[in-house]
Amino acid sequence: MIFTSYNNIISPLGFSTQENYQAVSNSIIGVKKIKLPFSQDEFCVAKISDEKIKDHLSQIKNANNHTKLEQLSILSIQDVLNQSGINPKDNRTLLIYSTTKGNIDILENTYKNIDSKRVYLSSFAKYLQSYFQLAHTPVVLSNACISGILAIIIAKRFIEQGTYDNILVCGGDILSEFTISGFKSFNALSNEPSKPFDANRVGINLGEAVSTILVTNQKELATPYQTQIVSGVSANDANHISGPSRSGDGLFQCLTQIVDKNTNDIGFISAHGTATPFNDEMESIAFERAGLNTIPVNSLKGYYGHTLGAAGVLETVLSLESMKHQRLIKSEGYESKGVSGNITMIESHQDKNFSSFIKTASGFGGCNAAALFKKI
Amino acid sequence: MNIITSYAHIKHNQVSVNGEIIFQSNPSLSLAEFLSEAYKALGVSYPKFHKMDAQCKLGFLCTEFALKETNFLLENDLSKSAIILSNAASSIETDRVHQHSINDESNYFPSPAVFVYTLPNITIGELAIKYKITGENAFFVSEQLDADLLINYTKTLLESGTESAIIGWVEVDGLNAEAFIFLVEKQKDTNKNAIFKPLNQTSVITLYNQTVWTH
Repeated sequence: MIFTSYNNIISPLGFSTQENYQAVSNSIIGVKKIKLPFSQDEFCVAKISDEKIKDHLSQIKNANNHTKLEQLSILSIQDVLNQSGINPKDNRTLLIYSTTKGNIDILENTYKNIDSKRVYLSSFAKYLQSYFQLAHTPVVLSNACISGILAIIIAKRFIEQGTYDNILVCGGDILSEFTISGFKSFNALSNEPSKPFDANRVGINLGEAVSTILVTNQKELATPYQTQIVSGVSANDANHISGPSRSGDGLFQCLTQIVDKNTNDIGFISAHGTATPFNDEMESIAFERAGLNTIPVNSLKGYYGHTLGAAGVLETVLSLESMKHQRLIKSEGYESKGVSGNITMIESHQDKNFSSFIKTASGFGGCNAAALFKKI
Repeated sequence: MNIITSYAHIKHNQVSVNGEIIFQSNPSLSLAEFLSEAYKALGVSYPKFHKMDAQCKLGFLCTEFALKETNFLLENDLSKSAIILSNAASSIETDRVHQHSINDESNYFPSPAVFVYTLPNITIGELAIKYKITGENAFFVSEQLDADLLINYTKTLLESGTESAIIGWVEVDGLNAEAFIFLVEKQKDTNKNAIFKPLNQTSVITLYNQTVWTH
């Protein structure tokens, strides 16, 4: 059995999983309209405050030699190492890093004393390896918006194969002019806090976060959630590189592979829910086609924005917290149904007895992934 | 048993299929010119090719050449076919193009047609669309071709529902452009032209080093 173990979230809502879960439970949202250094316009984004980052830098070695993403990643991974007590140098421990753009701010000439080679994800990974003296070079996965959940699925597969006992899955992406200008050119950004699955949704908010979770075959490390990763798959729509299949083909293919006929114990689906018109519509159709129309759905993008390579990890961690507390998290920003698929949204925080949940994601390149988590 | 049935390798403005150079153009040609010549040599018509960035074009051509003499697309259930690609530079070449378009406020022209290619897995998406392959996807970034990673991961997939795969390396970074694609299938009587290499790290490294480049 492969278990989900200790974890961390660093986001605008806090520097630990507990702080983040507390904030979300209190309906605090991390998305705000702010001015960013590169533009006169205001953007509605979820940005981690620079002051808060500074407050934490004393915890890490040579903090000023690292990029922002490196600082946050080191803090996040260190927290999980401290909690779990696992040895990063162990030959049976691996780090899988999930990101879309890594140190992309190096291309913007943000840094004076940083080796620009670390804009390469392979160099970034080696940098983390040397910081933690990891036995193996980290595996870097860059598969658009499904990277985070796919990295967790890959961790499960590698442990089952027998090569590793413990895999740290870290997902991270930062806000940058690079991604903001790109999504803006697609007309995909919302100027207000986003409204996943709502009738008035207009687009995404970008956010930044780093989240780490330990995936393990060690029963004694299953303590935090007593939860296993039952199954997980990815599939491609084979339809369009920048838009989802109208009929949700790839996501439907994933869901049919991970869900049994009996869905009674599935408490909720943590959807991708970016709040773009096409994505949410597609997801609703895939959920209905897979016979999941009565299972409550939330998207956490209303709290965090779209955190790209971090999203799948962060949203899995919060979903695990939600299951631990037997309490469904409200889908922030949702007021009235704006999708044609027959689905049930979570409209308020509420208690519920349940023992499993589904996490899904979909992204550019036509990729989709879904995983099923269940209490042991 | 799963075997490697075919492969193609593109480097130094040359195309090699199963170890033999089958097309080459003048080494002084730019990458764009070479890609255009190789596309003509391939002899297919695929209008979407012209919209792709250089990395996707390179990945598309290399895959087309690897598939050309095979029955891969006819004999495999493409909903159970995986595409696993890798490189060292992610999408750095197109990242630079997008960054250039936003560097100067007075000459600010970010384009969605460029931005979409700032994700390395778009190459996987282009292949999936072309061949209607809907199975597993993964794009890994490693310093150099990591045969252990690619083979170990493919094996996990073959144990859990995947029946065939398109695997390899597709990289464009400045003057450095290289693609190496190999096909994995179950051994069948019908794959006559198959090179029948067992699916392991040694095979991948051997095939990767097999071509004798003329320039």
